[in-house]
Amino acid sequence: MMTAPTPPSVAWLLHLNALVGGMFLLTSFGLVAIRQVQGCVRLYVLQSVLLAASALLLGALLQTWHLYAVGVLDVVSKAVLIPLLLRRSLHDEIHMRREITQVFNIPTALLLALALAITAFFLSGPMLAEAPHDPAAGVNLPIGLAGLFLGGLTAVARREAVPLLLGLLSMESAAFFAGMALAPELPLMAEVSVAFDVLVLVFVVGVLTRAVHERTGTTAVGAMTTLREGPSV
Amino acid sequence: MNLLVIPAIPLLAALLSAVAPGRRGAPAVTLAGAAATLALAVWAAARVAAEGPLISIAGWVEIDGLSALVLLVVAFVAAMAALFSWGYLAAHDYAPRRVRRYGLHFNLFVFALVLVPVLAEPALVWMAVEFTAVFSVLLVGFDDTPEALEAAWKYIALMFMGAAIALLGIFVLFWAQAAAGGGHYSWAALREIAPQLPPGLVVAAFLFILVGFGTKAGLVPMHTWLPDAHSQAPSPVCALLSGVKTVTVLYTILRLVPLLPAEDLGGWMQAIGLVSVGTAAFLLLQVRDYKRLFAYSTVEHMGIIVVAVGFGTQLGAYGAMLQIVSHAVTKSLCFFAAGSALLLVGTREIASVRGLLRTSPLVGTSLLFGALAIGGAPPMAVFLSEFAIIRAGLARGAYLTTALLVGFIAVAFAGILLHVNRMVFGAPPAAETTAPPHALPFTCALTLVLGAIPVLVLGVYQPVPLHALMTQAAAALAPVVVP
Repeated sequence: MMTAPTPPSVAWLLHLNALVGGMFLLTSFGLVAIRQVQGCVRLYVLQSVLLAASALLLGALLQTWHLYAVGVLDVVSKAVLIPLLLRRSLHDEIHMRREITQVFNIPTALLLALALAITAFFLSGPMLAEAPHDPAAGVNLPIGLAGLFLGGLTAVARREAVPLLLGLLSMESAAFFAGMALAPELPLMAEVSVAFDVLVLVFVVGVLTRAVHERTGTTAVGAMTTLREGPSV
Repeated sequence: MNLLVIPAIPLLAALLSAVAPGRRGAPAVTLAGAAATLALAVWAAARVAAEGPLISIAGWVEIDGLSALVLLVVAFVAAMAALFSWGYLAAHDYAPRRVRRYGLHFNLFVFALVLVPVLAEPALVWMAVEFTAVFSVLLVGFDDTPEALEAAWKYIALMFMGAAIALLGIFVLFWAQAAAGGGHYSWAALREIAPQLPPGLVVAAFLFILVGFGTKAGLVPMHTWLPDAHSQAPSPVCALLSGVKTVTVLYTILRLVPLLPAEDLGGWMQAIGLVSVGTAAFLLLQVRDYKRLFAYSTVEHMGIIVVAVGFGTQLGAYGAMLQIVSHAVTKSLCFFAAGSALLLVGTREIASVRGLLRTSPLVGTSLLFGALAIGGAPPMAVFLSEFAIIRAGLARGAYLTTALLVGFIAVAFAGILLHVNRMVFGAPPAAETTAPPHALPFTCALTLVLGAIPVLVLGVYQPVPLHALMTQAAAALAPVVVP
């Protein structure tokens, strides 16, 4: 809701940003539910492109070059380099695994996701009321928070290594999606550190997953439960 | 001297260890690097103790009492762990390639740990904290067993989940600062404008960072990865993980404490801390693996620190600082003793170890000494710090919290001693006496002796500069304007 009259271009940018935000949330839902590993990777790429799109729109809206740079860095690191790294290090995992055994069945997971998304919208209300009125934050904060929760759900619900990793990566994207609108001057430096961090993470997870595969013959890392207390074993 | 030299040394050591020749090259480089880091950290801490905060690049690279204290304990434990690593790697007789890999990751991990207190800009600190996770995960899985890899996977998944949540907290904190008038984003600047920050946003940022980094620090209920990772990693790495990595992450949470609206959160922090202390104390009773025993004790100690800070008084904050130091020196000694025992008997199972005092008097004594010290027996360092915290609780009038705290500490003490007594006393099983898997290397024995010195000394005597440093660190937890 705008209080002051806004120039048409600003209103357009806000509408477009809201559209991008809605699609971003949909990709988060998709990561919870889609069975094919390759489909998950494609969905993550789409999500990264949407994140970059929101960065460019907010950059135009808030007149800050920081966010343009964030958008470019984001596409390079998350939409190009990460899928490349994943395909190189975990080629078989992506192309040969279709069905995934999940912790919850898909309707249950989606219902949980819906509940989490609604919770996120309610939680962001009081935070938005505290700060000076900002229409961009009004879209990006609830969607980012919802994406954070849904990414967490994905990481918990998935057992295969690659979708689990993508859930974690989407949590980080979602935190960024919210952060761009809240702190437009911060993200460039944050993005540089995050981009570096996620690349190292994907590399490390690739090494680890191959080692797990070599040792145990499976990449269902979520099903590994030998370490626990009690008198068993 | 620029403070960035301090993290630069382990970074250089990491690069050199990656190319160092032979089986001795990487451990030698690591040891030299860690010794140099310790010398510089002591120098920096001494200057802070004498003259107040050191600023290299204003708003980006600076240390005050709190960060100098963390830097000091990190550097001390890193040097001890490097010394222990020498013997540990020699005893396992790894191939040179594997030794170089260990050296590379170990030094990168130390680099990240040292970087956290040196940086003053929250977004960069977030990056450094995240580095501590990604650089240590391959060390957790270093043994390459299915269990170690499982622990490494759980570790990295929860670390990254926590990082994403904390990242949102970092953004919200910046948002709060912008709403209060902006300025450069740094710990010191935030503390100065703390009264103007919108309280709702600060609390929201604090909660995101508490949940996110609390996962990394091992606070209950996000602690599930900790006993796995801290038991499966090579013993010198366990000392770093348990002794200082948890403390380093907790330090970033403590940075937000002076920004909080004072009256609200003390009670909550006491409750969160008590849940960790209590859960860990009872889980301690039923462990079967002696490295997991000490890992749970770490969860307990993190909880104690949070409770102490939750008291919200200068006395409580001072107790928390004392606990950070005593935990770091004592817990690392415990893991060195546990690691030595593991080298000697080749099993992590408590039930399979008997009569360690006869198998090796030094290791048996160290393990018993470490267990007594970490449980809080007088006159060791942890006793002093826990006593200070209990006194702070009574002075604050928080009788229920203090009573529960004392009860849980007693349960944990009993749990630790119960298990360790079984391992240390009695007659060793026949098989182990005839053929120990490894002899105890000299540097490991040296680490046990050197590591015991601060545990004992800090219980009865505090050097004046250290006292000054801890007083400054405790003051850094208080808001600038006293309400």
